[in-house]
Amino acid sequence: MPAKQRNQIPPQTATGVPPIPKTPSTATSNTSSPPSSKSSTSSSSNQSAQDILLSSWKNYNDKTPQRVKLIDAFMAFLVVVGGLQFVYCVLVGNYPFNAFLAGFSATVGQFVLTASLRIQTNPENKKEFESVSHERAFADFVLGSLILHFFCVNFIN
Amino acid sequence: MVAAGLEPFLKGDSGRNTRGLLRIIILCTIAAAAIASRLFSVIRFESIIHEFDPWFNFRATKYLVQNGFYSFWDWFDDRTWHPLGRVTGGTLYPGLMVTSGIIYHVLRLLSMPVDIRNICVLLAPGFSGLTAVASYLITSEMSTSPSAGLLAAAFMGITPGYISRSVAGSYDNEAIAIFLLVFTFFLWIKAVKNGSAMWGALTALFYGYMVSAWGGYVFITNLLPLHTFVLICMGRYSPRLYVSYSTWFALGTLASMQIPFVGFLPIRSSEHMSALGVFGLIQLVAFVEFIRQQVPNKQFQTLLRSLILVIFAVSMGFLVLLTVSGVIAPWSGRFYSLWDTGYAKIHIPIIASVSEHQPTAWPAFFFDLNLMIWLFPAGIYMCFQKLKDEHVFVVIYAVLASYFAGVMVRLMLTLTPVVCIAAALALSNILDTYLVADNPTPKEPQQNGQASSDGVKNAADFIKDSLRSTRTPVIGIYSYISKASVVGILTVYLLLFVMHCTWVTSNAYSSPSVVLASKLPDGSQHIIDDYREAYYWLRQNTPDRAKIMSWWDYGYQIGGMADRPTLVDNNTWNNTHIATVGKAMSSREEVSYPILRQHDVDYVLVVFGGLLGYSGDDINKFLWMVRISEGIWPEEINERNYFTARGEYRVDDEATPTMRNSLMYKMSYYNYNALFPAGQAQDRVRGSKLPAEGPQLSTLEEAFTSENWIIRIYKVKDLDNVGRDHASAVAFDKGNKKKKTTKRRGARVLRVE
Repeated sequence: MPAKQRNQIPPQTATGVPPIPKTPSTATSNTSSPPSSKSSTSSSSNQSAQDILLSSWKNYNDKTPQRVKLIDAFMAFLVVVGGLQFVYCVLVGNYPFNAFLAGFSATVGQFVLTASLRIQTNPENKKEFESVSHERAFADFVLGSLILHFFCVNFIN
Repeated sequence: MVAAGLEPFLKGDSGRNTRGLLRIIILCTIAAAAIASRLFSVIRFESIIHEFDPWFNFRATKYLVQNGFYSFWDWFDDRTWHPLGRVTGGTLYPGLMVTSGIIYHVLRLLSMPVDIRNICVLLAPGFSGLTAVASYLITSEMSTSPSAGLLAAAFMGITPGYISRSVAGSYDNEAIAIFLLVFTFFLWIKAVKNGSAMWGALTALFYGYMVSAWGGYVFITNLLPLHTFVLICMGRYSPRLYVSYSTWFALGTLASMQIPFVGFLPIRSSEHMSALGVFGLIQLVAFVEFIRQQVPNKQFQTLLRSLILVIFAVSMGFLVLLTVSGVIAPWSGRFYSLWDTGYAKIHIPIIASVSEHQPTAWPAFFFDLNLMIWLFPAGIYMCFQKLKDEHVFVVIYAVLASYFAGVMVRLMLTLTPVVCIAAALALSNILDTYLVADNPTPKEPQQNGQASSDGVKNAADFIKDSLRSTRTPVIGIYSYISKASVVGILTVYLLLFVMHCTWVTSNAYSSPSVVLASKLPDGSQHIIDDYREAYYWLRQNTPDRAKIMSWWDYGYQIGGMADRPTLVDNNTWNNTHIATVGKAMSSREEVSYPILRQHDVDYVLVVFGGLLGYSGDDINKFLWMVRISEGIWPEEINERNYFTARGEYRVDDEATPTMRNSLMYKMSYYNYNALFPAGQAQDRVRGSKLPAEGPQLSTLEEAFTSENWIIRIYKVKDLDNVGRDHASAVAFDKGNKKKKTTKRRGARVLRVE
């Protein structure tokens, strides 16, 4: 997921911030309680957070197939585009509201469809999706995207 | 047991083919029966559009067929709601009209020119056949037994609860909406089961179709998120759920926003917020699942889970804040009346005045659903026994729909499908157990108990003493007598059910209510056709732009049959305008006349059932007119004044002066005395004797009265040529000398002082 990729950034850039040891657990026992990669509030120790992040990043880099990485990059792109539209809407105003809605929901919908494709083709979910082969998943994805963009174009005025 | 008993026969390939063919034939027969039983109204009466709303739909369809889709979309109707007009293209659900328009053009393409009226009349029965098939499909997803689906289809085909809104000629939104409802649910179940984006996308497409067809789409909008939410809360989140829900929501919301009448509602109104909230929630859950796969650790999970809860709570708070601050529209009045049944009566009389918005009386459940109403809980119990994802759906659907059906009569329609499904599940289970011809051999239970099902046995051991049924697992029925008796009784019940459905359909639900039927003493049928008589009189004898004022119930019919502009109609979008009409009807002539003049009214139409004993007339609806106009002009209209001192609503000698001077009373009983010998005039609806002297009308003149006096039309007089007020003009015409009247008045004044 792109969110994952984006989440690499804040903790790394936040290394300069002195960590707040919230939990009483000592830094030595952090192997048993690794903090989240997501929020700095849960990090018991800067060192361990960084370690875990690095290792999971490495893990991700090594284990993820190239195709899935492509999907992830696309999803990250969609998040950025959607975020930009939202920021524009908040800052400048939502005057052609149809257009904003169409554009924004196009990104959201495409993101969701891509996430579905990624989930369906994930080998770990094989047993959940017995009836969905990879080709079928991709065909579904194309069908969904076609419908989505038809509606968006129709809605954009 | 069935599978075990018939295994040799059914395992074979040919057996399966035969069964498939048989199933298709049965389904076709059921669909045919569903269509046929809805044709009573055409056979008894004729191919005619029924009731009130269908007349508007019919008129809109004609407009669509004549003028094409684009001008239909931009249709501004200046012949309704005079002088305001109505942006019809943007304020209707176009699904129904577009559907019949497409059918019309397809048939034309096949060089079968069918009158658009016949398409409209037969659309509802046609779609009811499809509904039967759809309920077969959805029930087949619930149960492995093939008989369940077929039973559900049969139930759905003939149950009066659904027939009530889908007989031939009842060309209303519900005609196609129930099919869409059931089919959308089927696609949703399919999507959740397979986790396929295609089924999700199809769900969204049919959801979009549903949105274009009926305002009841909000039921789907809330039911699917609720199902998802409950599944997540039960700890049953799965990637399949994510795929199906996200696909449905992303596409479905966009699809629903394509309808101009819905527009931005999906992101603005509270009714749609649950779907949005669950969408956000499932994104979060999916994200957490993703993280969990990357970093597997228990404590971490709990942390994230609490994080989710916090985010969810915060966003809910944010939502409430937005609602309070007015960014998101609060719940609309109709929805409030769903939670608080007394709400509409106090605040929105116009909603409470519609009879189909009243709370349901309990016999209605038995009347509409008959034997299914007691099979329904059994079916729900069976869903609890299995409790897979799809069964959870049925349970939620059952709970919600039962509540709503209890609150509003017309929402019985949404309850009917789930009752059919549940009843079919229960009944098929019984039949499958009892219909096996050969005995289960005594060995079989031992095998089952000891060897074959270790898992079951362990479970049975585990709760051995707690439940009686787990001590000895159910094997089958041995004696032929019990089999025969149970199956026999069930068959009798089913036959009774069929008879009941046929009887209800033919007697209760097949009346067009435009044409009335009565039995003559010799048993033959007598058709009372006053409505059409009067509407055609209007069509033939009045100028094309003559404005007709009537109570809003008849607005659509006047527009459809008489083709004359009306002041108010059944699309009750402007309460004030309706209240104005109500005020004109319930005030004295001197007050009403200026209102009539201001609104360019040429003719006033009232419905009067006193001669025939037709109880749905305007005098019986009169109190609603009073109430609605009292809501706008509380200082001029007061409901209390229309009741006698003892709180009775009377039309005879004891009626209050306010009542007897109201325009509605005068128009109803004007000249009615002339029909009877002096002092014998009687109102057969209210069962009361009327005052010896009938009311006098000065500002209106009688233009037309139909054969049985059901419809009376009055022409609004023009201003007097000499500038007198109408009362004195009438008095002059009658030959009363002006002098005499003033003298009398003078005397009276003296006496009072």
